Amino acid sequence: MNISNDEKIALLKKMILIRLFEEKTESLFYEKLIPGFVHLSIGQEASTVGSCASLRTDDYIISTHRGHAHILAKGAEPKYMFAECFGRTTGYCKGKGGSMHIADFSKGILGANGVVGGGFPIMVGAGLSIKLRKTDQVGMVFFGDGASNRGTFHEAVNMAAVFNLPIVYVCENNRWASTSPAEKMVAGGSIAGRARSYGIPGYSVDGSKVLDVMDAVTEAIERARSGKGPTIVETETYRYKGHFEGDRQKYRTQDEIHNYRITRDPIDRFETLLVDEGVLTKESAAAIWEETKVFIEEAAQFGLDSPFPEPEDALNDLFVNP
Amino acid sequence: MAVRELSCSLAMAEALKEEMERDETIFILGEDLNTHGGIFGQFRGLPKLFPERIIDTPISETSIVGAGVGAALTGMRPIIDMHFADFVTTAMDEIVNQMAKIRYMFGGQASLPLVLWAPDGGGINAAAQHSQCLESWMVHVPGLKVVVPFEPADVKGLLIAAIRDPDPVIFFQHKRLFNWTGPVTEDQGIIPLGKGIVRRPGTDVTLITYSRMTYECMEAARELAKKGVQAEVIDLRTLSPLDFDLIVESIKKTRHAVVVHEACRTGGFGSELSARVSEELFDHLDGPVVRVAAKDVPMPFSPVMEKFVLPQITDIFAAVDTVLKR
Repeated sequence: MNISNDEKIALLKKMILIRLFEEKTESLFYEKLIPGFVHLSIGQEASTVGSCASLRTDDYIISTHRGHAHILAKGAEPKYMFAECFGRTTGYCKGKGGSMHIADFSKGILGANGVVGGGFPIMVGAGLSIKLRKTDQVGMVFFGDGASNRGTFHEAVNMAAVFNLPIVYVCENNRWASTSPAEKMVAGGSIAGRARSYGIPGYSVDGSKVLDVMDAVTEAIERARSGKGPTIVETETYRYKGHFEGDRQKYRTQDEIHNYRITRDPIDRFETLLVDEGVLTKESAAAIWEETKVFIEEAAQFGLDSPFPEPEDALNDLFVNP
Repeated sequence: MAVRELSCSLAMAEALKEEMERDETIFILGEDLNTHGGIFGQFRGLPKLFPERIIDTPISETSIVGAGVGAALTGMRPIIDMHFADFVTTAMDEIVNQMAKIRYMFGGQASLPLVLWAPDGGGINAAAQHSQCLESWMVHVPGLKVVVPFEPADVKGLLIAAIRDPDPVIFFQHKRLFNWTGPVTEDQGIIPLGKGIVRRPGTDVTLITYSRMTYECMEAARELAKKGVQAEVIDLRTLSPLDFDLIVESIKKTRHAVVVHEACRTGGFGSELSARVSEELFDHLDGPVVRVAAKDVPMPFSPVMEKFVLPQITDIFAAVDTVLKR
């Protein structure tokens, strides 16, 4: 990917922002300040940031239960996300959604969806809408290896291909669908390979290299924007944390996780590359981490300082016209 | 304005044509729309007028309904043709977890102006998988509006209201009413959602009903009148929102209530009506609320058995007898 140094630094900053947001979320969860379920995507930052890098604000994304990173990468503000995770009125959904259901329609974020594979059909509609309104927007569906086995995947990708819709399917294959390994659950072994049967392009890419992801997904975005239809991009990635916080992870060894962290951490890799290329010094890289930490602390504090809703607020927002 | 005698199908097609001419964001999505004008002829004439906005899809009900949700979220007003109401089962996640929840779950950020049009009902020998009335499922999910029209004028007026409504509307239309005709004025405008109507005034017993059973209730009321029983027939027209005030007013007058619907009895909307009338109008009742409904089995194929399972006019007489004897 031929991009400027500033753009490279922006990619690194975004990955660091996501990493620190997720780590802060984890600690807040264990401090019992975040109720409910929390699904973290630490380890998958390059996949997400590379995918969103060439999207415009008016492009659409649909995210998953493991969605904080997608939402941040598309431009949502951490302080409103934290507030939502705390169930406060200032949250993106005024405390009605929580960690699993954050949306910011003003930034094209059509929501994190708590149903695995729930986003596929919805984006078909957004794609049709783009086509009918004759704009050059693009829709991106994030999903995992697990969701690729839902019937919604087949119906939606077939329909997107038949209607030549401007949609990019980004499969973040983190190797584990909850507790089940992809190699045992995905027939044929390749999710990108399924593209062939729909007559659309499918690419597999190293999800720990942000520039590689950006390269592949940008091409897919450009195809979609220029009216050439949908693409599937499968990023080979890995999540360091459990399916949810509190998951005892009996299905994999600590060695497996450790090995990924040591050899394929997306942020380590990119930071090292930028230092080696002379784009950054070690000191300036450290400064990014420090600044971002302060920013995340402030964002979390904003959430903690925000009021809880009144219980009766539960009765609002069901209908526009009740 | 001229009054025409129109079938429910034609009333529907007329509403769609007028609305699609008025608003370019309206489009219809479903299977087999263009070649046949819909399997019940309800879209006849429209494909020629709006070739880009009548969209035939693959047989993919999950994606069709989900696409309606996505299009509604991004500036369009989709009308989803469900083919048969029974097929909502193939898109229940899209209806229950997505369509009904997205506005609320995201704190009111979005509105979902869409109509899911679903032809329901039995009596056409279509057997178990093409004959159901599933309105009580939809009423049970907060976030959905549910319309169950009877007269052609209501089909038109309520469909216009449903299309213009900013929230998701499930529009059940009984298959046996497609050729049912009635007067429709040329300028038939909106009939607001949530407003029932007294089809026939009476003083002795209230028959609360909707959709095709309105016909059976009107027939029953005519027969009962010959025996000196004046039945008031209420056609609810929409179940969510529900015009409970109309029911209150009527029962305060008649002190007796029978609920009649074609859906099977257990857990049907009649159960909800009966419970609410008991809770809120107990002192105004001179007897229990009795339900007339289909028997609790899937719809059998053989016409002999189907007739036995579906509620008949004689069941309404029996229910009225029971209520009035108490």
